[in-house]
Parts: sequence; structure tokens; C-alpha cells
Amino acid sequence: MHEKHILRQFLTGARTGLPVAVGYVPIAVAFGTLATRASLSPQETVLMSALVFAGASQFMAVSMILSGVGGLQIVIATLFINLRHFVMSMAVHHSLQKTSLAWRGLLSFGVTDETFALLTLQDAGEQTRHTHVFAAGLIGMAYMGWVAGTAIGSLGAQVIPPAIGDAMTIGLYAMFIGLLMPHVRRSRRIAFIAVVSMILNTALSAVMSAGWAIVLSTVLGASLGLLGGASEA
Amino acid sequence: MNTTVIGIIVGMAAVTYIPRLLPGLLFTRSGVPEWVEKWLQNVPYAALGALIFPGIIQGEKPIAGMAGGLTAVVLGLLELHLVLVMALAIFVAFTVSYFL
Repeated sequence: MHEKHILRQFLTGARTGLPVAVGYVPIAVAFGTLATRASLSPQETVLMSALVFAGASQFMAVSMILSGVGGLQIVIATLFINLRHFVMSMAVHHSLQKTSLAWRGLLSFGVTDETFALLTLQDAGEQTRHTHVFAAGLIGMAYMGWVAGTAIGSLGAQVIPPAIGDAMTIGLYAMFIGLLMPHVRRSRRIAFIAVVSMILNTALSAVMSAGWAIVLSTVLGASLGLLGGASEA
Repeated sequence: MNTTVIGIIVGMAAVTYIPRLLPGLLFTRSGVPEWVEKWLQNVPYAALGALIFPGIIQGEKPIAGMAGGLTAVVLGLLELHLVLVMALAIFVAFTVSYFL
């Protein structure tokens, strides 16, 4: 691949990842603020974002540390919350199947709900899509937003109200919806899959943890979508 | 830095990375059967459906989440840029939660 070509793919990836970074910053700021107020040092707070890179589990860990829960329990709870990435990562690895295992191993560190959604659904043109350079740009952008936001929140912990993150989560939901709607418009099968998963998740989350409900709804919804495969629009 | 906290962070990092990495060992260049291929293509839509609902109405003010969500549905159908969809949805949700 020509060098200029590689740079362009990386920048296209970074630009595609911008909505995730924009959505992450306020939530990461809130995380940094909360974690540092909860007795983690700024270094520990940033280290957690840099090494774990999974928002929900980080918020949970901080509240568990705060209430004096043991380390092993925190790690086990983290495993269960983040197991949903296994299913999402299947789709990401599959879309990058022409890439070497070493590259995919590195990139899979960056699979989150949001980067997964963009990597598998955002149309960036056939040429660029599914290349590891594009994925690296997209994930790098999201990662930077998360880690930088955490640092800002941690350093400004005394002056920033943690409630800002709460109100801002609507931004990431809006991103999910904005990604989904163009596909829903073009295919009745896709609309069917999305609606079935919403119904399944509503029912399942009443009887199990949110993490497991998402895993099961995704697996079942994607499977039910196979039944209507013949009527592709 | 506190060693217990560092231990927790490293443990969290390990159990978060492993499920992200494992599927990579399943998908080699040889490819997968056709029905698995079709199933994997369905995964993003199913996952997004589950990630959106009911989470969007489980915040502090469900009505604000609903209003922001409906804004995103309309703007998403119009295929506006994602950042614009997000900004306007946040604006609507804030406005609604301020007045209601």
C-alpha cells in the first residue's frame, strides 16, 4: 500500500470515529471526576481508562471500591459486564478477516459498544472499509476521547459536577439511533431484527442483569433475523 | 499508587481484553460457513436494538430520553451527520428535562 493511501485511510477512520470521541468526552469527564472524588489518584484514574477502556464497568468498579468490595469480586463483575463484547467482537473480527491476527489482536482491544457499531455499520466507502488502518484511526480517535476526557475530569475533580455525564449519555444513544435508522429505512428485515431485539431486551432485562440481557437479545435477535433472510429488501 | 487498586485495574484490563480477543482466533482467512456469515451480518442491528432500548428511557428523566430518542429517529431517517444527530438530540433532551 502506498504511504499516502495509508495516511488517508487512517484519517478517514479518525473522522468516522469523531462522533464516538465527542460522545465519550463528557462521560469520561464524569468518570474521572467521580473516580478521583472516590479516592483514586489521578494516575490510577487515567490508568484505568487507558487499560480497561470500557465505561460501564469502570463506573461500577469505582462504586464498588467506594463501598469497600473486594478486588476479586470487582474483577469478576467486570468480566460479566464486558462479556457482551465477545459477541460484538465476533462481528468486528469477521469484518477485518483479511487482516493479520497480530493486527486484529491489537485492534480488538478497542472494541466497545460504540466502536463496534461504527466499525460494522458506518459506510466509509468500499475502498476504506474493513481495512486495519481505517479501524486503527477510528479506534484511536475514540480511545483518545475516552482517556483525555478522563484526565480532564480527574484533574478538575474539585470543580466539575459529576452529573454532567448523566445527562450526556443521551448523546451516545442518539448516535446508536442515528447509525441504525438509515439501515432500517432500506431493509424491512433489519427493522425486524432491531425491533425484536428491543422487545427481547426489555423482557429479559426484567429477569436478569443488563449485561446478560444484551448478550441474549443480540444472539436471539440475530438468529431470528435468519428466518426472514429470503425477503431481503 | 496503591498496589491493591493497581491490582484491580490490571485484573479488570485482563478480563475485559480476553473476550474482545477470543473471537479473533475463531475467524481465520479460511472464512466461515454461509449461515454464520449471514448471522454475523445481523449482529450489529440486533446489538444496537438491545443497546438502545430500554436503556434510553431508564435515565433520571425517562421523558427526556424519549424526546431525545425520537429526535434521533427523525434525524437518522433524514440521514444527517451523526454529530448533528447527537447534538440536536442532546439539545432536545436538555430542553425537555429543563421544562418538565
